[in-house]
Parts: sequence; structure tokens; C-alpha cells
Amino acid sequence: MNVAVFIFFGLLCLGGALNLLLQRHPINSALSLIVVMSSLAVLYLLLGAEFLALAQIIVYSGAIMVLFVFVIMLLNAGEEDRTHGSRAAYFAGIPGVLALFTVLASTFFTLRISFGGTRLGSFLVTTSDLSRVLFRDLLLPFEVTSVLILVAILGAVVLARKEN
Amino acid sequence: MNILIFVLLSLLKVAVVTVIFLMAVAYTVLLERKLVGRIQNRWGPSRVGPFGLLQPLADGLKLFLKEDLMPTAVFRPLFILAPIIALSCALTSIGVIPFGENIRWHGVDMFQIADVNIGLLVILGVTSIGVYGIALSGWSSNNKYSLLGSLRSSAQMVSYELALGLSVIGIVLRTGSLRLRDIVNLQNTHGILSWNVFGGFQFVAFFIYLCAAFAETNRTPFDLPEAESELTAGYHTEYSSMKFAMFFMAEYANMITVGCVATVLFLGGWSSPFGNLFPAFGGPVVQALLPVFWFVLKVFCFLFLYVWVRGTLPRFRYDQLMGFGWKYLLPIAILNVMATSLALAFHG
Repeated sequence: MNVAVFIFFGLLCLGGALNLLLQRHPINSALSLIVVMSSLAVLYLLLGAEFLALAQIIVYSGAIMVLFVFVIMLLNAGEEDRTHGSRAAYFAGIPGVLALFTVLASTFFTLRISFGGTRLGSFLVTTSDLSRVLFRDLLLPFEVTSVLILVAILGAVVLARKEN
Repeated sequence: MNILIFVLLSLLKVAVVTVIFLMAVAYTVLLERKLVGRIQNRWGPSRVGPFGLLQPLADGLKLFLKEDLMPTAVFRPLFILAPIIALSCALTSIGVIPFGENIRWHGVDMFQIADVNIGLLVILGVTSIGVYGIALSGWSSNNKYSLLGSLRSSAQMVSYELALGLSVIGIVLRTGSLRLRDIVNLQNTHGILSWNVFGGFQFVAFFIYLCAAFAETNRTPFDLPEAESELTAGYHTEYSSMKFAMFFMAEYANMITVGCVATVLFLGGWSSPFGNLFPAFGGPVVQALLPVFWFVLKVFCFLFLYVWVRGTLPRFRYDQLMGFGWKYLLPIAILNVMATSLALAFHG
């Protein structure tokens, strides 16, 4: 059952990602990205990370993608033209990506024992467990990350400010 | 055999809740028309059936028989998908709301469809997906009024979602759980005195929740997305027949869901306002149904408030709406979270 759900949503995620690249209209690409985000949330849920799954839906599918769609609607972006692509991409890009993918896959495959594994749906991380780890064991990295986000917000404000 | 009974009972439960919910949606429309009528010193619908009680049926029949127009220049797949997204999101979140005590029959929880650990987050998540119904409908209609309406509504819903999310954090801090049953169980010890809005000192959070919820459901005084004097009808200008009816039902279903959530979070859910003041009476059936009665009564009062506000307050201007959300509601919500956590740290 868990494996069937995993395969279905994994395929949905991959299909959404491919559709995102192949669609010519920006709004269709944005909608495929929403599908990708939501199916990732289901995969998190299968791994027992319920809070993370819902945070993924609320933050990514809900808030961030709405802003994407909002910008596309506001700019009224039309369909993009289809080109033949650059020659460099065909001769260097595709083999490069394939090589990188092979290296990553083989590395993960050889190291998979030292990473340790888990079975789908075999345990549940409750929200209180998660917050205990975040606010006790990993407090400093957590706070530093939030400062990083604050810096990004300040940067956006500075960039958007009108000079007079 | 056991699993079969379980599945059948669960399906039956889902069907019953959905039917009651849709009926409630239809009669909320009637309630609104009647009450707004009385507020404006006229009768409201009174011709179909006794006291106009069959009016929702007539309205439904009329909408069903209308011609389903498809404008020529629309972006067809999204134009059809948008009302489906809006309605399905509106109908989904009722699934995690508990209506009564945890009474099990053949292992099936009688008064809740799904008891989820993170029920509160599920409601917030479904609400945040619901924005797409309105955003996509306006964009795919290829009409400037629709586009303006949906731009307004996406901006408004994203902004007020923050205040909505922050206003419920105080409750989660008090309960220490995101499960809606736990949140209600904490409030049903001393009747009205232990409700979060009174005994929990969450009245500020309740006010913020109220404003944010009115904005999330696009209701007066925040009904900018469909401001008829400037945008004809906003995001659903181009829709007709059942597609329009789906948006209409989604709006009223969202109102009811928001009322249910407010009841569960702030008004003690199914618990009686008198606590254990009166001795238990009647048989087990009465004792099981009495909490549902209190729940429905509280939701009804909330819907009454909705209509009352619509009949009383004028619409905000757009910049006022955004300023109110970001400059007042959000800081107050953050202060409320800080005050609640300080109080809990020193007393709790």
C-alpha cells in the first residue's frame, strides 16, 4: 500500500517536473510546479514527517506559488517562442548532465549503507518531537537561518526602494 | 467482515456529512437573504413554500437549468478547472472538524470524519490551496474585470492568511497540540469560563481571527474581489449556470467551515456553555446528540454575525484593506503570540 502510494506520487512528481520544462505557457509551468510541490508533500507524509508535509503545502504550494501565479497574471506573460536551442547545449550540456547524474547515482548507491535507511510509513515524527530537535539541539543553526532570511528581506526592501 | 463494516460505516459517514453540509450551504443563503431583508426593512424571500423555506430548492433548480455559456476567448482548461478547485477545497476542510464527543460504533468515530494529528494545519493548508480557484478563474476568463478581481483577491487572501495563521498560535501554545479534539477537550471543563475566548484570554486572537476570516472568505467589509459597483462581479463575471453556482457554493461552504473552526478553536467546540452545572438527563442517545446541538448552535450564531456584519458595514477601500492587514492585524497578532507565550512561561 505504502509502496503503491510512493510510486504513484513519485511518478506524479516526475511527470509534473517534466511538464514544467516542456510547457510553453508560463501559467501551465507554474501549475505543474504546484503539482510537484504537493506530491513532494505526500512523500514527506509517507516518511512520517507530517508537520513538514503540511508546511510544504502551506508555504510552497500555497504562498510562494500564489506569488508566482500572481506575477505571471500581472505581467500577462504570453506563450514563449520555440527555438532550436544553442548548439553548445546539445553537445556539452546533455552529456554533462548525464555524466553528473551517473556520478551522483553511483555515489548514493555505494554509500547507501552508511546513510542508513527507513521503511515507508514505519514511524511518525510528531510536531513536538520536531520542535524539541529544532529549538534544543539545533537552536543556533535554526536562528542563524532566520537571520539569513531577514537579511534577504532587507535586501529586497533596499532594491525595491525608490531613489529620490 | 469487520473491515467491511468499518469501510461501509466510514463511507456512510462521509455521505451523511456531505449531504448535511450542502443542505446547510443552501439554507445559509436563505438565512442571509432573510436577515439582510429584515435589516433593510423588507421581507426577503417569502413566496416559495412556507416562509420561503423552499427558496433554496427553487434557486438550485433555476441555476441547474440555465444555459452553460462558454465565452469564446477564455483559456478553456483553467476556466473549467477553477470552479472545481474552489468548490473541492471548500468541501475538503469540513473533514477534519469534530462535531461531538468521541463516540465509537464498530470502531468508527461517529462525529468526525478524520481525526488528524495536525488537523489545524490541514485546514490552513486547504485554505491556502483554495486561493487558486479564484486566481485562475479571473486570469482564464480573459476579461479585465475578472483579472482585477482575482488579482485583488489573491493579494488579499495571501496577506490575511498570515494574520489568520498567527492568531491561532496562541491556542496551539495553550493546548500543546494541533489536534482539534485536544483543543476542544481543553475547553470543556468549566463551561463558558474555560473557553479559549474568555478563560483562555484569547479575545484579541478571536478578533484577529474574525477579521482575517472575513477577508479570507471575501465577505463584506472585505469583498473587494467582487465589488459590484466597480468590477461588475469580479472574478466570476464570465461564469454562468452550474460553474457560477460552484463558486457561490464554495463561498458559503467556506463561511460555514470558518464558523466551525472558530467554534472549535475559540468557543469550546461541542462543549456545553454551562459545563457540568446541570445533571445529565435523557438516555445515551440524547447525551450523544446534545453536544452536536451546542456545536450547531454556536456555528449558527457565527453565521448570524457574518450576515449582520454584511448588513451593517460598508466596504473598505483597497489601500485601507491592505494597510489594515499588514500594519494593524499582523503586529497585534505577533504581540498576542508573545503575550500568550510569556503568560504560559510564568504561569503555565
